Amino acid sequence: MIKNVYSGSVDYLQVMDENGKVDGALRPTDIGDDKLIELYRWMSLSRAVDAKVISLQRQGRATTYAPLLGQEATQIGTAAAMSAKDILVPNFRQHGSLLFRGLSLYDFFVYWKGYEDGLVSTKKMNSTPYIVPVSTHLVHAVGIAFTHKYLGTGASVLTYVGDGGTSEGDFYEALNFAGVMKVPIVFVIENNQWAISTPVRKQTAASTLAQKGIAAGMVCTQVDGNDVMAVYKATKESLANTPKGPSLIECLTYRLSFHTTSDDPTKYRTEAEVEDWKKRDPIKRVRLYLESKQLWNASKQQTMEDEQLKTINGAVSKADTFKPDPKSMFETLYSSIPDTLKDEETDALNSGFWQEGTNPV
Amino acid sequence: MMSNMVAAINSALDISMEENKNAVILGEDVGRDGGVFRVTERLLDKYGPDRVIDTPLSETGIIGTAIGMALSGLHPIPEIQFAGFMYLAFDQLISHAARYRTRTRSTWSVPMVVRTPVSGGVKTLEHHAESPEAYYSHSGGLMVVEPSNPYDAKGLLIKAMHMQDPVLFLEPTKLYRLFRQEVPDGSYEVPIGKARIARQGNVLTIITYGTMVHVVEEAVSKKAVDAEIIDLRTINPLDEKTVLDSVEKTGRVLIVHEAQLSFGVGAEIAARIAEKAMFKLNAPIMRVAAPSLPYPFPGYEQFYVPNVRKVSMAIDKIMSA
Repeated sequence: MIKNVYSGSVDYLQVMDENGKVDGALRPTDIGDDKLIELYRWMSLSRAVDAKVISLQRQGRATTYAPLLGQEATQIGTAAAMSAKDILVPNFRQHGSLLFRGLSLYDFFVYWKGYEDGLVSTKKMNSTPYIVPVSTHLVHAVGIAFTHKYLGTGASVLTYVGDGGTSEGDFYEALNFAGVMKVPIVFVIENNQWAISTPVRKQTAASTLAQKGIAAGMVCTQVDGNDVMAVYKATKESLANTPKGPSLIECLTYRLSFHTTSDDPTKYRTEAEVEDWKKRDPIKRVRLYLESKQLWNASKQQTMEDEQLKTINGAVSKADTFKPDPKSMFETLYSSIPDTLKDEETDALNSGFWQEGTNPV
Repeated sequence: MMSNMVAAINSALDISMEENKNAVILGEDVGRDGGVFRVTERLLDKYGPDRVIDTPLSETGIIGTAIGMALSGLHPIPEIQFAGFMYLAFDQLISHAARYRTRTRSTWSVPMVVRTPVSGGVKTLEHHAESPEAYYSHSGGLMVVEPSNPYDAKGLLIKAMHMQDPVLFLEPTKLYRLFRQEVPDGSYEVPIGKARIARQGNVLTIITYGTMVHVVEEAVSKKAVDAEIIDLRTINPLDEKTVLDSVEKTGRVLIVHEAQLSFGVGAEIAARIAEKAMFKLNAPIMRVAAPSLPYPFPGYEQFYVPNVRKVSMAIDKIMSA
């Protein structure tokens, strides 16, 4: 006997195309034109902030940094669909999501100048901090979702992973746990086509990344990740579905910039490919739409850019005054500092090692 | 009542689950089966499947999910079935459990107790007999505890559950049912970061923990040497003061552990003594440990795990130095 015991499928969703043309039947009812302008401003701010950190890094004033350029719709669209009580669990590239959730520009720049102190506000904004090792935060997100189910808070968790991250064991383990435990979580795959120099086609033989969630028993969708309304709509629907269990959304987007400030993408991809994706820019299409409705123009654009730059520069200046306290490294490792670690701290303090300008060069 | 270590730990878990409604147990076979060593026996019936969770077979999933639970207000007690399988979750323990608090300057914390059986001597398969305490102590951020008797096991576990830190709780398989001891029925704490003086003595300090406490006690008894035996109980943070106080009194130091010799806990203790009490020593510091190679298949255990003979020979050597 032979019979079919399983068949699955993945739907693709786009609401606004690259020319700013909107499919009215699919447009989320809670995204009117005013709301769309608000999302446009957030995407533009994320891009401006991104450019500022890169500039600071080039001046030696910021750490190595992973830009979000090109992925603004995926990040703002998902974050905007969450309610305040929901928990956001980012990796290392979700600058837009974190800013939208309330990370202050001051904290943001303190962090990217190299100080963990910039992450202390994450808890009160219901977001966990940046996590660097790829996919390792996904299992945390599942545990956090378990807690909210266990305590009956009604909150859901939303977490992100890149296309490369879907090759990690942690990704599959997180999906499997989430499916078995039926916890309230949405996994968002930010498929920006490149994991440093490795393209998606070398990352997997699967035709979509979305289908990777099917085996874990979850609802899986693929969306145009450069379409903020499609991202918002899919996220909103997935979050509404979390009482029944987890979902997975693959956002098709593109990393227009380098992997990090240490990377040179001209070594592994063509300018033609990048130019092709620039046509699908997530911000440009919203502007085309708004201009077609006479809701936006060059003057409004200039005013917004000037205001945003002023705010950003103000935050950078303030972050420049941040003074690190090396004792904080020692004092916050455990709930109380052990004697032996206290001795190391005291030695460092008394030796003059921490005094500015005393290093014999 | 008289309890072996399995019963003592089971009692500590029961008390912890009773007094903290946010405590949950998760791991492979911890529910219906009561754990492969029966340490979590009867807890599923008492606390239900929401709090005693049989998980998929996935060490990263168990530890990583537990970290997420801890971050969000629960106090999980994940079990890894054998320490030899915990390396799959090494990244979660070192990169996240140990680092999350300082990463956020104490804004977030990871209160959890990771339980796992360690050490050999019971004729197991490969990867069921490791002593990995040094790995987890090396980079900081994890408290690493290893009891040598039922009384300490219960009190240390209850104490660990009263702390807001990630604690790695290493349970020597061989000691689970080796002997019984009087253990109070109710709740009590044994401090973490504080060694126990298992035997007072004046001419030699022997620093040890876990399975080797019993080997050392037997060797000292046979040799009738006036040795002070320190049972560390906590590997990290190290109780340096108890060690140094004893060394200043005796002037001779022997360190005994079941883990491999090289880059081990013994090396750390020897270095601290050399830095801080070198001129109190009457003889070079000595170490007795497993050879610097992987734990063998059980036919070779007798040639690998330190025993009374090996410790006795070391005592003879150091006392004649």
